[in-house]
Amino acid sequence: MIETRGLVKTFKDKKRGEIRAVDNVSFVCKPGEIYGLLGANGAGKTTTLRMLATILEPTDGTAIVCGHDVVEAPEKVRANVGFLSTSTALYPRLSSQEFVEYFGRLNGLDEATLKKRVDEIFSRLDMNSFRDRRCDKLSTGMKQKTSIARTLIHDPQVMIFDEPTAGLDVMTARTIIEFIRECRQRGKTVIFSTHVMSEAEKLCDVIGIIQSGKLLVEGSLAELRSRYNEQDLEEVFVKVVAPLYAGQEDN
Amino acid sequence: MSLQNIGFVFRKELTEWLRDRRTIISTVVIPLLLFPILTVGFGTMATMLIGKAKEEIPKVIVLGGDDSPKILEGVRKLDKIEVVAAQTNWKDEIINKEVRAAVEIPPGFEADLAQQKSDVVKIYMYEGEMKSSFAADRVEKYFKDLSDRVVTERLAAKSLPASILKPFEIKQDNVAPPEKVSGAVLGGLVGYMVILLCLTGGMYPAMDLTAGEKERGTMETILSSPISRYHLVLGKFFLVLTAALATAALSVLSMGLSFNALKLFSPEAASGRGEAAALMLRIGPATVLAIFVMALPVAVLFSAALMTISLFAKSYKEAQSYVSPLMILVIVPAVAALLPGVELTSKLALIPILNVSLLCKELVTGTYHWNYIATIFLSTCVYAGVALFLAVKMFQREDVLFRS
Repeated sequence: MIETRGLVKTFKDKKRGEIRAVDNVSFVCKPGEIYGLLGANGAGKTTTLRMLATILEPTDGTAIVCGHDVVEAPEKVRANVGFLSTSTALYPRLSSQEFVEYFGRLNGLDEATLKKRVDEIFSRLDMNSFRDRRCDKLSTGMKQKTSIARTLIHDPQVMIFDEPTAGLDVMTARTIIEFIRECRQRGKTVIFSTHVMSEAEKLCDVIGIIQSGKLLVEGSLAELRSRYNEQDLEEVFVKVVAPLYAGQEDN
Repeated sequence: MSLQNIGFVFRKELTEWLRDRRTIISTVVIPLLLFPILTVGFGTMATMLIGKAKEEIPKVIVLGGDDSPKILEGVRKLDKIEVVAAQTNWKDEIINKEVRAAVEIPPGFEADLAQQKSDVVKIYMYEGEMKSSFAADRVEKYFKDLSDRVVTERLAAKSLPASILKPFEIKQDNVAPPEKVSGAVLGGLVGYMVILLCLTGGMYPAMDLTAGEKERGTMETILSSPISRYHLVLGKFFLVLTAALATAALSVLSMGLSFNALKLFSPEAASGRGEAAALMLRIGPATVLAIFVMALPVAVLFSAALMTISLFAKSYKEAQSYVSPLMILVIVPAVAALLPGVELTSKLALIPILNVSLLCKELVTGTYHWNYIATIFLSTCVYAGVALFLAVKMFQREDVLFRS
């Protein structure tokens, strides 16, 4: 379960002064549900997800992830979270197995459990053929599978995906999409950011549209379609975001 | 658990580090090859070149001397030179290295000698050119011997003993043991090399583990794991420290082996005699240990400083441009200790790097000033502690970790 309470994140910029990247964002994401955070580039999606993964600390407000406060107990939060984004790269000089084992150990798994988990995940994701290959010699698909194995090694209850398919080819992107669905089936709490409307339509139980750091609207796909009288999610998105986006462009 | 996490990070970084060709070259290959090349390689090459130059029979021009046939004959008969005919452009011939030297015998030289008149024999040579110097030296020796012979004959003619011109002898005698003599010559160099290699050894891993991780995108990956940033930075720091100390250790080992190997090429140096003995460093195990104890806080200081600076950079390349000025900051005080006359004082004992460099110079000569050793060790520990604190603090700063 994820519950954000008035999350705020500001950054200081020499030229532009204080930037409010995330502005009073509150939402709830339940177990067995995929929450899609939809927004244009620079809308505040990554910053929000980084705060949930405790990579960044909120300037104000907080979030409760699996019963732990992101400000007060960040390490406990991270122990219950699997975080995956296109920018979470692999260590080039470690093998696929060494990489996953390293994160297993950091998550406190003992050697016997770690071995069992690694064997299980590598078989499940069909990774045994390249488990001893160095990460810098892996194909993009193999790299993504290794990243997925890393997020699964400690069997977290919450999965955070930050634009996980950005820049990937269709086949690799499909692996990720299937994996996200599987997480929901296993009863995990899943939050997922994207600016690809088709992905959000396919996957999300609840969609939150974010722009200029503000969560403008949220609801199920059906609710949003009915509220904005549009069948196409892209049209819904444009209707929600356009006024603020125009203002932002003017500035 | 927390200490275990530091261990996990260290072990992982060590595995990656040992698989990186760049760091292996800077940490293992360069220190192991540097000293053998500098000592045995250059030493053997220099000996060979000097030997070859000595073997050459140089061409020498004799100017004048037609009215001094005996002396002219004496010069011509010298077996280590070849007298050639003078050309009008003989000076150019020396400059162009066609002829190595020229000697000008003054007119009426033999007659003047007989009449006890003083004359000047001029030797022309190319200063700084080794083969020209050898030629000039051989000609000069002939005329010095002639001068001595003439003096002895004149004294004998007046029934005076040769000692009249030399009432007493002056002799300098060294009381310092050979290790102190060689230490005074090369001691400063040991400190300089250890300090410099501590820095260069830690440089590449420090940049790779901070700016390199940011550039490759693995920083975000590791920050999403439950490990605290405090433990993460310590795990990384211990790897950088290991690299710095390994470089310094291998360089001292290589230095010791090289000086021992030099004995094989120069038996004179091994026996502690002659000029070559000054090039021999006799570093005992106690001195090596003492240098390492002093190098430890320096390595901590460098490792932490390198990590702090590199972490600020967005990329490996940017980190290189930030770290380069640090090299100058380290080299200047390390070189200052090599200057003659610079010795440890209570004030200099507080200046980082310079103090350790000066202390190494003393340690190599077998001098142990315990008050300075304590001051330097403690002050360097304080500087190292501050640098490490800054590195840990830097890892907590989001604006540094996610600088874009």
